[in-house]
Amino acid sequence: MAIITYRDALNQALREEMQRDARVFLMGEEVGVYQGAYKVSKGLLQEFGEMRVVDTPITELGFAGVGVGAAMVGLRPVIEFMTWNFALLALDQVVNAAAKMLYMSGGQFNIPMVFRGPNGAALQLGAQHSQAWESWLAHIPGLKVVAPGTPYDAKGLLKAAIRDDNPVCVLEGEMLYNNKGEVPDGEYIVPLGVAELKRKGEHATIVTWGKQVLVAMAAADQLAKDGITIDVVDLRSIRPLDERAIVDSVRKTNRCVVLEEGWYFAGVGAQIADLVQRECFDDLDSPVIRVTQADAPMPYAKGLEKAAKADMPKTIAAVRRVLYLD
Amino acid sequence: MAKPTPAAKKSPKPAASVPAADAERTLHLSLLRSMLLQRRFEERCAEAYAIGRIGGFCHLYIGQEAVSTGTLSHLRPDDYMITTYRDHGQALARGLTPRSVMAELFGRIDGCAGGKGGSMHMFDKATGFLGGHGIVGGHLPIATGVGFAIKYRGGDQVICCFFGEAAVNNGAFHESLNMAALWKLPVIFIIENNRYGMGTSVERASAINDIYQRAGSYDMHRGVVDGQDVLAVRAAINEAVTRARTDQSPTLLEMRTYRFMGHSMSDAASGTYRSKAELDEYLKRDPIALLRAHMEERGTLSESVMQALDTELKAIVQDAWDFAEASPEPPLEALMENVYVDTTSDSGNTAGGWS
Repeated sequence: MAIITYRDALNQALREEMQRDARVFLMGEEVGVYQGAYKVSKGLLQEFGEMRVVDTPITELGFAGVGVGAAMVGLRPVIEFMTWNFALLALDQVVNAAAKMLYMSGGQFNIPMVFRGPNGAALQLGAQHSQAWESWLAHIPGLKVVAPGTPYDAKGLLKAAIRDDNPVCVLEGEMLYNNKGEVPDGEYIVPLGVAELKRKGEHATIVTWGKQVLVAMAAADQLAKDGITIDVVDLRSIRPLDERAIVDSVRKTNRCVVLEEGWYFAGVGAQIADLVQRECFDDLDSPVIRVTQADAPMPYAKGLEKAAKADMPKTIAAVRRVLYLD
Repeated sequence: MAKPTPAAKKSPKPAASVPAADAERTLHLSLLRSMLLQRRFEERCAEAYAIGRIGGFCHLYIGQEAVSTGTLSHLRPDDYMITTYRDHGQALARGLTPRSVMAELFGRIDGCAGGKGGSMHMFDKATGFLGGHGIVGGHLPIATGVGFAIKYRGGDQVICCFFGEAAVNNGAFHESLNMAALWKLPVIFIIENNRYGMGTSVERASAINDIYQRAGSYDMHRGVVDGQDVLAVRAAINEAVTRARTDQSPTLLEMRTYRFMGHSMSDAASGTYRSKAELDEYLKRDPIALLRAHMEERGTLSESVMQALDTELKAIVQDAWDFAEASPEPPLEALMENVYVDTTSDSGNTAGGWS
């Protein structure tokens, strides 16, 4: 078992899948000569050549659609958005084309492709570069959405996403790329739609995904010092949603906090709260509490940005509230 | 290296030999048949819409048939095409059966998209018909991607991408032409300039009126074609297809045409944004009448042959109507089918092969 970065885990996934299947290619801004804006595609141009590692102009709508067209006739594109913030320019292709083609063609054209890139805020990048889009994407029938929080999950989920015959959005994290973790030496995949209980506890459940898994784990460490133990349910996939994993945990702990990076209004957490009230109504000892970004565009100033983010202290406070400790 | 293609020439006059004359007559008859089928089919579409058999939006192609027929009669079965929401005529010209197109319009299970697509979303994998698409300009990047895939696989297929003149003003057009020219992809971009994007004339929407010249920004081959003359369309497409197959380079063709009906079923043919006098002028250049006159002039079409063809096609369209009406509506279980497939690349496709 090697210890590698999240970035290298993604790189391994791309390399292995491109070696395995000649239909897989990587396309996006700076993926080739520059070796990736975040170096995720380092070395791939040299290994696979410019037909399979394709630098594009800054033309998100265009190259997202190129991916859809290539997928319609049998290729398996991996489309990199330098960040998901730029993908807004491409949403017509993601939503109207990739997600709906199978349905509106009556099952004739499935779209086996991946859209991937970093999602959410990094540090002081301001309003237009600091947005978490999972609630937008997961809203769309026809898309699958995954958000790995660890190097292990990053590699396994990206490999599964590339092999899936549907369009899959992979939400990475700029602040995760340097994080290290254990990744097996051999072949493995992490199936889409399967959550993982990242930490086992008794007193409350935190449901989360993506980079917020690290926040939840840190919060759980702190709470453990006061004798409070937490189930941390890492969804890994937001759509399809592993409802069983959430329900099983909440039925055990009777208390649920949903921690998400994005905004409060119509966030993914609202969907999970809906599930929990339906399936765990008689099990709940307190209302579900959601921890989210402040309901405002992301500010630049350091203090304001910190105040806006869904961080560890806010998560701890939410857990204490569902336990009626404060 | 400017590459404007001059307006395509009319076909040469007298045929040289008897076999050549026969071949020409056969070709012209097949073109006439294709255009007249679209015309008779869509006349019945208007009727079906009026009595509620067809719902939603419905955009008729009447008047533009020379573009679909002239283009698609030139493609190979393994080539691809993709188009807009004004797609019934092109579906027929590509060889989808009138039955499957009418059943789709009626929202029935035997439609070419199982009743899930409707008027704007015809699809047929077997003939490389990659869809009718409902967002103006949205399918141009997809066409570019098909061109990329053809090059990736090393084939000599082409893709023809149809769109209206209004699409040249949106970003997807420019992004697509840039990539297709930059990467030398075998894509033939076909502007069907029917002069109006809904009710806005090309002069009111585009800073230049010779919109094929926009390809100049991408150093792309380009041309303007009489889109009412099916033979001129064929000649222009022949050149573009040859270029795409041999040189894998793209072409932008502006086909100047006219729709004889309103934008959709709720829009009158004239009166608001275009005058009756203008419409009447264009009706004189009906693509079917032009080819018919051309053939009569050459003595290759008699009144009786024309009548027989018309009778036959009307019967085919009636059969399509009857078939569509008899076809069941999709069962309610179909509602949640085709949202996702439950397969992966491990499910059956051979890794490394092309599907």
